[in-house]
Amino acid sequence: MEIYFWAFLVGGLICVIGQLMFDLAKLTPAHTMSILVVVGAILGGLGLYEPLIDFAGAGATVPITSFGNALVKGALQEAENTGLVGILTGIFEVTSAGISAAIIFGFIAALLAKPKG
Amino acid sequence: MSNKKKKKLTPTQQEYHDFAKMREPKRPILKNCLWAFFVGGFICLLGQIIQNFFLWNFEFNERTAGDPTVAILILISVILTSIGVYDHIAQRAGAGTAVPVTGFANSIASAAIEHRSEGYVLGSGSKMYKLAGSVITFGVVAAFVIALIKTTITLLGGS
Repeated sequence: MEIYFWAFLVGGLICVIGQLMFDLAKLTPAHTMSILVVVGAILGGLGLYEPLIDFAGAGATVPITSFGNALVKGALQEAENTGLVGILTGIFEVTSAGISAAIIFGFIAALLAKPKG
Repeated sequence: MSNKKKKKLTPTQQEYHDFAKMREPKRPILKNCLWAFFVGGFICLLGQIIQNFFLWNFEFNERTAGDPTVAILILISVILTSIGVYDHIAQRAGAGTAVPVTGFANSIASAAIEHRSEGYVLGSGSKMYKLAGSVITFGVVAAFVIALIKTTITLLGGS
């Protein structure tokens, strides 16, 4: 049960960091998202993101920082098996579900929906 | 505007710049952060509920349950985007809807829908990556550099 609380708290706090980057640093959404992904990748490389996932569950896997971590994780896993080439082949291994789903559902939405407002 | 650019302006332009800055509406930072916290936290809570649902009812483990969870969240986000609800919430929630993976899906779906009048190939097909493109590019380049450094250290016999 505790995991729900930590997921809410950690996920919410990561969003607050994003909001502060919007409001205080006056960054565009694209800049903010790119920075968060790179931060997630760095934390993943340092081995700090996996402990956060164990602690906060979806609070750490749902924010976009998790995307950066997953890219590094896939690359490192594959590199362990096949050497340096593995970095290239493994980079999308873990994140494939998210990217494919977003592209496929997004395109279907474009086929079915009309612009609003 | 950066200080470097500011110096190039004439005194009148500088005066106008300061004036415009003064009249700019103040951003309600605390209110925005509270919205971001609760909406972002709620989306993650929802993710946790979906993840536990997959853990308990299907043969997934802690690691693999993340994939269907993300897919379901993205599906929900795209449906809400299609009916115009997601962007409505996003106006209030700011980063609370942008930072979770649902915001990534929303940026793809809304751009795809917005540009469909330019055709499926030149409009939706290419312009859906307007915002998601930079995220993927910087994520992949950063991941490549980091993985390269780590793998090189390992190959050289480090830890």
